[in-house]
Amino acid sequence: MAAIELRGLTKVYPGGVKALDSLDLTVPDGEFFALLGPSGCGKTTLLRTIAGLETATGGAVVIGGRDVTGVQPGGRDIAMVFQDYALFPHMDVSDNIAYPLRIKKVAKAARHAKAAEVGARLGLEQLMDRRPGQLSGGQQQRVALARVMATQAQAFLFDEPLSNLDARLRLEARTFLKKLQRELGVTTVFVTHDQAEALAMADRMAVMEAGHIRQIGTPAEVFQRPANTFVAGFIGSTPMNLLDAVVRGDTLEVAGCKVPVPASARGLLTDGEKLVYGVRPEYMTYSAQPADGSLAGDVVILENLGASHLVTLDVDDVLVQAVVPEGHEPALGERGHAVPRADRALVYRDGELVSA
Amino acid sequence: MTRTWAGRIGFYTLIAVLLAFFTIPLLWLAAAPFTSDPSYEVRMPDFTFENFQTIIEHPYALWSLVNSLILAIGTALLVVVLSALAAYALSRVRIPGRDALLYALLLLSSIITGTAAMVPLFQLAIELNLIDSHTGLILIMTGGLLPAAIFMIKDFMDATPKSYEESARVFGASPLQIVRHVVTPVVRPGLATIAVWTIANVWGNFLMPFLLLSDVEKQPAAVIMYTLYTEGGQANLKVLSTFGLLYSVPVVLMYLFVSKKYGFRFHGGIKR
Ligand SMILES: Nc1ncnc2c1ncn2[C@@H]1O[C@H](COP(=O)(O)OP(=O)(O)O)[C@@H](O)[C@H]1O
Ligand SMILES: [Mg+2]
Repeated sequence: MAAIELRGLTKVYPGGVKALDSLDLTVPDGEFFALLGPSGCGKTTLLRTIAGLETATGGAVVIGGRDVTGVQPGGRDIAMVFQDYALFPHMDVSDNIAYPLRIKKVAKAARHAKAAEVGARLGLEQLMDRRPGQLSGGQQQRVALARVMATQAQAFLFDEPLSNLDARLRLEARTFLKKLQRELGVTTVFVTHDQAEALAMADRMAVMEAGHIRQIGTPAEVFQRPANTFVAGFIGSTPMNLLDAVVRGDTLEVAGCKVPVPASARGLLTDGEKLVYGVRPEYMTYSAQPADGSLAGDVVILENLGASHLVTLDVDDVLVQAVVPEGHEPALGERGHAVPRADRALVYRDGELVSA
Repeated sequence: MTRTWAGRIGFYTLIAVLLAFFTIPLLWLAAAPFTSDPSYEVRMPDFTFENFQTIIEHPYALWSLVNSLILAIGTALLVVVLSALAAYALSRVRIPGRDALLYALLLLSSIITGTAAMVPLFQLAIELNLIDSHTGLILIMTGGLLPAAIFMIKDFMDATPKSYEESARVFGASPLQIVRHVVTPVVRPGLATIAVWTIANVWGNFLMPFLLLSDVEKQPAAVIMYTLYTEGGQANLKVLSTFGLLYSVPVVLMYLFVSKKYGFRFHGGIKR
């Protein structure tokens, strides 16, 4: 078991693409850590640089206190699950799981015994003689997991481990993966572009944009207090309301309405300053009656989210969204009032969170 | 209605004629060796083994088949090993101008074993003391076939996901282990294809052995075939047909075997 530490890590591809720009990151021993970001932001590059499949242009990779920046992948004592699982098509499940041990020159009987043991733990007993081509996506994923478990490496790296599964299976696999990591206690970094996946599984997570880390924190921190408007817009299954605002004493003028300055920004704003006011649709209370500090407008769109509805109000030509519980949804065209929760509303100055 | 019928009849008649065109020589090859007095027509054989007796007694005929085997297998081994290694490197390493290099090689190879290079090759073989030797002939034929083989096998390599090798690398496998454990098994159908293609090529090659081997004991079947004429320059149909049959059987058997075991897979640049 080991912590992973990145110091000023930079990766420039031949051709000049700067995929990682001086990243600093520490993943403590045993943590389940998510790297989240839109496609092309450098998540895979970061994972591959930790693994040693890409050489860092600058900075250092330290695993378990050992600087491995110049060490070959095989010498780093890590194991990786690739996005396509990379199971060897000509080997059966047992040989696939035992392959890392074959490289370590473990005797045939011993390594197959180990493969059987790990395979049984992941429910693969019946499949040990099959080829990868004869397995479903979920089974292939478990074989790939079994193979990294057989290595007994200090840290695991997963590149989009769930993206090849269909939606239903993905939820199951999410729970399974989290439970497995908890039981094994091995430091694990996984990459995903799905914010729900990162929020659900990770102990802590980093949100990346164009080679930079924009925020590091627990899923709760990142969801409740996005450090900047990029993270605010990226996290959450319904996008956060990000509205232009002007400071007027101890209120903010937003889309022609007056709302109180959020608790987190009190005393940090100057009168007349132009800002961005952010509040998640989930942190809005909707009512048909006029209320103090509310954003008032006509209901223009109603979207069914299952147990709740997403209501879009047209407030003075600005669209504001609020989540309304089942049974309380308004009618289209009705006049509505959305009250932001003062302890959850946020203020952004030049894209960065204003907070003490 | 009548028009479609007429069309169909015409179509199948055409197919039948075409088939007959290709079948008759094969029938002749099957029947003539067992006939005591073969001619150019296909006739019911009288099932004699006289002609085979003649071939067995011929001083060079059977040995020439062995020579053919040595040359074909030797060349195939070299071509498969070298083309696999070269194609792997070319597929995985980025060098500027890689594709241009490949096309240039392909173009040059058709010159190397073509008639244009006959004289220089002959002189080269003499200078290197490789004239009249199987080794020399194998090397030259390998050189001629290698570029096309690299071209074909590179297609298989390109179609193999890089993640297989990277995965093995992360587990600590050395480059040679990766080639042995992962790459070779995955591209095995491609290697089989190349081997068969090389063997068929060498088996049928007349010009190169004719040019570079003067010792009749070292000559392969394709060259010996040419000597099976009567003194008057007439084709000796008895021995020619019998030898022809013996000459074709190994190649046909090989095709059947490999095709059953691996299946031929040419991709021709089409993504799987
Ligand atoms: N081998 C490569 N050569 C050049 N550029 C690359 C290479 N791999 C990735 N990139 C570029 O680096 C950036 C980050 O890519 P990647 O790490 O794959 O992103 P992600 O996994 O977050 O989608 C992208 O702009 C991509 O085009
Ligand atoms: Mg990626």
